Amino acid sequence: MSDIASDPKTWFAGVLFLAAAGFAGYSIGSYPVEPVKVVTAPQPATGALPQTPKDSKFSPPGDDKIPDSEFGKSVRLGQAIFYDTQNNAEEFIGNSLQCSNCHLDKGRQPDSAPLWAAYLVYPAYRAKNGHVNTFQERLQGCFEYSMNGKAPPLGDKTLVALESYAYFLAKGAPTGTVLPGQGYPKLPRPDKFDFANGKEVYSQKCALCHGADGAGQQSPDGQTVFPPLWGPKSYNWGAGMSSINNAAGFIKANMPFSQGNTLTDKQAWDVAAYIDSHERPQDPRFKGSLAETQKEHHGGAYDLYGTTVGGVTLGKDSVPSGPLPQ
Amino acid sequence: MLLARIDRRHQLKWSLMAICVALEVSNPAFALDPASIARSGNGDAATACSSCHGDHGEGLPDNGFPRLAGLDSRYLRTQLEAFASGSRANEIMHPIAKALSSDERQSLASYYSGLIAPKAPQQAVDDDKLIADGKSIALDGIWNKGLPGCSQCHAKLGLGVGASFPRLAGQSSTYIGNSLAAWKDGSRGNDPLSLMAGIASKLDQSQIDAVAAYYGSLPVDQPEGKTP
Repeated sequence: MSDIASDPKTWFAGVLFLAAAGFAGYSIGSYPVEPVKVVTAPQPATGALPQTPKDSKFSPPGDDKIPDSEFGKSVRLGQAIFYDTQNNAEEFIGNSLQCSNCHLDKGRQPDSAPLWAAYLVYPAYRAKNGHVNTFQERLQGCFEYSMNGKAPPLGDKTLVALESYAYFLAKGAPTGTVLPGQGYPKLPRPDKFDFANGKEVYSQKCALCHGADGAGQQSPDGQTVFPPLWGPKSYNWGAGMSSINNAAGFIKANMPFSQGNTLTDKQAWDVAAYIDSHERPQDPRFKGSLAETQKEHHGGAYDLYGTTVGGVTLGKDSVPSGPLPQ
Repeated sequence: MLLARIDRRHQLKWSLMAICVALEVSNPAFALDPASIARSGNGDAATACSSCHGDHGEGLPDNGFPRLAGLDSRYLRTQLEAFASGSRANEIMHPIAKALSSDERQSLASYYSGLIAPKAPQQAVDDDKLIADGKSIALDGIWNKGLPGCSQCHAKLGLGVGASFPRLAGQSSTYIGNSLAAWKDGSRGNDPLSLMAGIASKLDQSQIDAVAAYYGSLPVDQPEGKTP
């Protein structure tokens, strides 16, 4: 039955490979090595909060501590959404990512923006939208930007479940405190980004899993196993990961899988800059003018939106944000 | 009935492959008959694959000879190269792979990749606790030791991903356990980025046994499903 179908697949894979090879060949020569001018890093939203000493370590409770109750059911649903967003919150997402792609170990892993640490620092004022955000509003942002989808309404079961899971993981931790391992590590600022070196690091360390074309890889049943890092199925231009500092911190601490903290800071910065110098879905705040969107919501040393890299003006020809029409 | 299906599949596969070969490299390689090598060897030191890997590439679980049917052809080709070069040290496979020409390695890789075979029977590991422990490592990893879950690269349900992350579903617990041990002791050193060497080095023997038992317990064809 699938005999005939499988051979065209092989052909298609060959064509894809050739296309990818052609793309790689094209882009090798096209990235300038020009430095990006580094300006003062923006203050993180949580910068004013007290920090606990680096050596104090918080351990979130294990799954076996999830209570057998209505609340426990909500925690479990939140964990399922977090782990397999594609299959458990499909109506709110517009790309191939999972929460757990960037928040490892189902939101437990330090230096991978763990949920327990995030829970402690909300409500908080965010410059991104100019008001005090509740934790649920922060989660809405994840869906809108990182998941390139649409925000579940406040109070929606999806948000309540995710909040329940985060609250469960944060049990016993001091609210209003930045715990060690919160967010992504902040690497010392580089003098410049070397895109050519970033491309080299990418091909040596990242392409094996994420593909030379950044499109990620799927298993034969169509599930995305290695997430796309750019292109129409990845995070959009409003996502935290489109800021090079976030991507560099995550990469340094966690990539390649099982080999965290093996890249140098320079490698992490350059490869993050390389990844974030590719097109991805439009910023959902875009209202028709690239220049205005850049002015209002972008800028700074870590954000390439609206800049021209390798002859491509990033954001100019982005696919629209949000789920594709069915 | 199964044999008839496999034969028909071969005919289709071969006619398409012949076109492929003719188009891509005008080279007489399509005259190779991997089915014949698999059945009877290549007349040189490469003995019949089927004597250890089964008539349909289903493997021989009790001896740890792996299933080849349905594995990615690029992965199979890479392993043959590694056996020949010694980067995957194996006394049995080294002389066999060395005796295969480059064209023969490629055609055998494609041949086995295209085979469909039922799972070879193996005495199941009768230890639910061990299987559950293995499932936990396979799906969730042990992150405080820097270990991602196996499924984060080999896919949930062990279906495999692309050229470098082979399908584990359908392999025997013996083969999975032997492979992890080989990475751990360095005799298998052909993994990209040394990913598996690093991972195996963080597993103790009881964890290797557990992961092997879990993957050995999986059927070849997995049911569709949501988060376990």
